Amino acid sequence: MKSAPSHARWAPWVFIAPFILIFCVFTAWPLVQSLILAFQQTFGPKSAKFVGLANFTFLLKDPMFWHAVRNTAVYAAGALFVQLPVALGLALLLNRPGLRGRAIFRLIFFSPSLVGLVFVGLMFFLLFQKRTGLINAGLHALFSSWDPEFAWLDHYVMPSLIIASVWLYAGFNMIYFLAALQNVSRELLEAAQLDGAGPWARFRHVVIPEIRPVAGFVVLLSVIGSFQLFELPWVLLDSGSGPGNSGLTIVMYLFQTGFLTGDLGYASAIGWVLGLILAGAAFVQARLARRETP
Amino acid sequence: MMRRFALVPVYTALVIFALITLIPFVWMLTSALKNQNDYFASFFLPRGDGWLGVAWDRLTLHNFRRLFTEFPIGRAMLNSWMLASVTSSLATLACAMGGYGLAKFSFRGRHQITSCVLGALIIPGPLLIAPGYKLLWQLGLLNSYAGLIIPSLAPAFGVFLFRQTMLNSVPAELLEAARIDGAGEFRIFFTIVVPLVRPMIGAFLLITFLGAWNNFIGPQIVLQSPEVFPLSVAINNLRGLYATEYGLIMSGTLVSIAPVMCLFLLLQREFISGLTSGAVKG
Repeated sequence: MKSAPSHARWAPWVFIAPFILIFCVFTAWPLVQSLILAFQQTFGPKSAKFVGLANFTFLLKDPMFWHAVRNTAVYAAGALFVQLPVALGLALLLNRPGLRGRAIFRLIFFSPSLVGLVFVGLMFFLLFQKRTGLINAGLHALFSSWDPEFAWLDHYVMPSLIIASVWLYAGFNMIYFLAALQNVSRELLEAAQLDGAGPWARFRHVVIPEIRPVAGFVVLLSVIGSFQLFELPWVLLDSGSGPGNSGLTIVMYLFQTGFLTGDLGYASAIGWVLGLILAGAAFVQARLARRETP
Repeated sequence: MMRRFALVPVYTALVIFALITLIPFVWMLTSALKNQNDYFASFFLPRGDGWLGVAWDRLTLHNFRRLFTEFPIGRAMLNSWMLASVTSSLATLACAMGGYGLAKFSFRGRHQITSCVLGALIIPGPLLIAPGYKLLWQLGLLNSYAGLIIPSLAPAFGVFLFRQTMLNSVPAELLEAARIDGAGEFRIFFTIVVPLVRPMIGAFLLITFLGAWNNFIGPQIVLQSPEVFPLSVAINNLRGLYATEYGLIMSGTLVSIAPVMCLFLLLQREFISGLTSGAVKG
């Protein structure tokens, strides 16, 4: 039998009040508004006209939107297949028993995560310049056949973005992988070794199943983060979507239609489609996680 | 003996990755210290006949001087400090209070509010950009710090993080004992609960400070007058106008990231443990 609470009845409400107030005004209410806006055509915040599903039917046929979806998906694929493997690799290296200087390496790899996206964008804007940028110069010094005029930001916008994102996020995700690896049971690994399992077999059959929950979480966070990509390309491409919209992302398109064209209704429709994509990703991740744990 | 040599490839790989991570920082620092000619002539330090073949005397603080005299970067830096410290301290207080309320009290509606917190976690930020802008316009909060700060004061992610922490690390008996002794609810919160979750408070202060300091899209949308811009917007605008003055852009970026780097070095232990506690123990 639970005893009656000894605290005053108002106490919990006072503590939660700031959250409830701000949640209602700045999350719940805008959420409802965005649903209404998505069915309107607007010109700035002042005038609106109900247009039914027109925003959505137009969106599905809007080649710019699909172009943005494709770019964003390419970036997400880069996060999953380039950035996360690098993060896991760094974590595995740092998790080697007997390694010295682990704390300092961890600090170095993590340090880019402190740099805001704007500042990363500015740094890489200069790093990727033809001739004067360090990346072309370095590659030219290492491989003399490399063209120092290589136009990263004109013709290779997506690879540039993925390179910048590896520098920025690999160390951040490494922290999660490392924490998971340090929780892998020593006994299990030693038992596998006694049974004659080599390093690859131990990784495949002991380490991977043990870090799977954290890996799933990191993958989901990366996909969600990737689909909200905006600031990095916006700054890297000097406040624009790049030559031929080669760096246009979903949120950048939302920003452009909402604030440069002034149609908050269409921008909201884009927001809802993005929300559906993210909900889909979370759903798939939840299903996969359930299937893997019996 | 064997073991030590077995680690050689590991160290080699780690050092190569560490260099790749650090070189952009070094490049930024040296570029900020060079004049325009040396920026084009050399990639790191300018070559000359000084010690180690470097022209040390050609290093200059010219870019930094211009940044603070010709451009309103000093003002932007103050704006950033103000925005980030107000946002982070108030948000940490609101989130710690919310997490405490949800974790340590039983009352009707608790489950519904917890579901709201979890629901808010998965709402993508960009979805709220357009209606949020309209709302701030209706409330007359556009172009004001209030419009930038208030909406970010109680992030669901923070309430959730503190709820999880409080569940484990604040014993109910301690709270009961304090109540029997006649301590008021706020006194209990500030003198018993807050010290118990101190590491999370430190980590969360840093997370929200970084978030507010580095926020770009928020000020870009809410603020309109150049004198209220924080560093993120001011430095990007500087690049828009002076795209070829590389040393100037580099020094601007450097003064923008140096303060948070120092803050992090001071608090890093708490930060990294706070960051992973939710994910791993979860």
